[in-house]
Amino acid sequence: MPNHTIADILRGLEAKTFSSEEITQQYLDAIAKHDGNFNSFITVTPDQALAQARAADTARQNGSAGALCGVPIAHKDIFCTEGVRTSCASKMLDNFIAPYNATVVERLANAGVVTLGKTNLDEFAMGSSNETSFYGAVRNPWNTDCVPGGSSGGSAAAIAAGLAPAATGTDTGGSIRQPAALCGLTGLKPTYGRVSRYGMIAFASSLDQGGPMAKTAEDNALLLQAMAGFDHRDSTSMDLPVPDYRAGLNKDLSGLKIGVPKEYFSDGLDPEIASAIEASLDEYRKMGAEIKSISLPHTHLAVPCYYIIAPAEASANLSRFDGVRYGYRCENPKDLDDLYTRTRAEGFGEEVKRRILIGTYALSSGFYDAYYRKAQQIRRLIKQDFDEAFKSVDIIAGPTTPNPAFALGEKVSDPVTMYLEDIYTIAVNLAGLPAISLPAGFTKGKPIGLQLIGRDFDETTLLAAAHQYQQRSDWHQQAAPGSV
Amino acid sequence: MSLDQNDIAKLARLARINIAESDTAELSQRIGDILNMVDAMQAVDTSNVLPMANPHDAVQRLRADEVNETNQREHFQKIAPQTADGLYLVPQVIE
Repeated sequence: MPNHTIADILRGLEAKTFSSEEITQQYLDAIAKHDGNFNSFITVTPDQALAQARAADTARQNGSAGALCGVPIAHKDIFCTEGVRTSCASKMLDNFIAPYNATVVERLANAGVVTLGKTNLDEFAMGSSNETSFYGAVRNPWNTDCVPGGSSGGSAAAIAAGLAPAATGTDTGGSIRQPAALCGLTGLKPTYGRVSRYGMIAFASSLDQGGPMAKTAEDNALLLQAMAGFDHRDSTSMDLPVPDYRAGLNKDLSGLKIGVPKEYFSDGLDPEIASAIEASLDEYRKMGAEIKSISLPHTHLAVPCYYIIAPAEASANLSRFDGVRYGYRCENPKDLDDLYTRTRAEGFGEEVKRRILIGTYALSSGFYDAYYRKAQQIRRLIKQDFDEAFKSVDIIAGPTTPNPAFALGEKVSDPVTMYLEDIYTIAVNLAGLPAISLPAGFTKGKPIGLQLIGRDFDETTLLAAAHQYQQRSDWHQQAAPGSV
Repeated sequence: MSLDQNDIAKLARLARINIAESDTAELSQRIGDILNMVDAMQAVDTSNVLPMANPHDAVQRLRADEVNETNQREHFQKIAPQTADGLYLVPQVIE
């Protein structure tokens, strides 16, 4: 069971090797027995999961099975799930039972998935290590002294540990790709506007995008198929046709032009990661791709630009948490102002408060032009770098992270060092582009991620490039030593 | 760039977050570190660059002016900290 992919599970269900109820029970048992080692789930929903599994088994018997009928997965606890606590890993929402489903949750349910539970994350998705969660840090199944990455660290650890075959994630500055890289998984951040943000608790609305995390590119294609598409309830959703991603997995890639940015191989990159990425590029050469050196000259400004834009948007989005309509409220407020200020002081963790204050500063009178407007201008320069590159290449390749998984507690006291770990992923969100991280080797027993960045709305080429690499490599099939 | 105690107090006020005085020194140090990192942007001349708010430069989509949501007040108020007669209760504002 542990190394099952979604494709394996679908084959088993179709062949009646096992029922959805049986495989769901196996995952629930594994979570109950082993998640104490990882802390990857915040909430497990066994009764609901088994009811969904039985309904899926009936649907399959009746011939009314959806594309993912009976497949158990987990949702990052940032997606609203009706009737189930949706905490965003914050004390602020510890008591929040979502009154409706996120579009992503609803679409996956319509495709027939079974929800095992809600996975841990950095509080309000603000972090790169999953250490800012109100429910405690998550441990990396490859090395339990290390972080799984973040913010979708619970989703990544659950899959790597064999406690779920796949999970949803969200990516604002790398929060799907970086934990996928650090946990030896394949994770896709779709193009901004491809997947609805409705019911996905907002962090930075012009950057946030939900996407799949799984072991293989094929599973990512299956999940994205169910998740993607126009949603009138998200005003930034793009009304474009959704291609058949699974059918595109085997599209001919001969002559594919892959750009390699020289800025992604600078001083801060771990040499073993650099050689693993070089080796994977050699593999692409053998597959008929053409590798070209390119330049993305504003790469060094991506992290500074992001740490104005994301906190600015967060400070606006998180103003809704005021103790009035839902969520945490402080005890015995003496007046309305005390209600607001103490609820927010007690309900938010340190990292979240810090980002709200930075965002407030960047948007405040007298500083707006120097910070927020400046960052938006830099954002355009970063986007233009990519536009220029995509005139001569089809995809861009490089490392997902400069270093492998770091030790728990190592960077938590130095936010700026932690932020710089996201140097290769953040520019992609600023530009709104799709990108995938896939396993490309190991260093000292820790997984290495290869990042492929695509043109707007061209997830198909990324999935095909990742899938065809996975037909020739077995990095993605390795099981973490801590897995079930 | 560094922020003093008064700056932090002003930000805390704007953000409606109560900050204990004992936390301001560390906060101003941390925020100062981040603002120093962010200052790399100031070296770039952006005088002729249009700010970008949406990666596709998309504008707000408008919908037809039709009723498409039903009132779910009771459903939503079930999770509120304090309500009465369909209203959200907060401490008294007007004397």
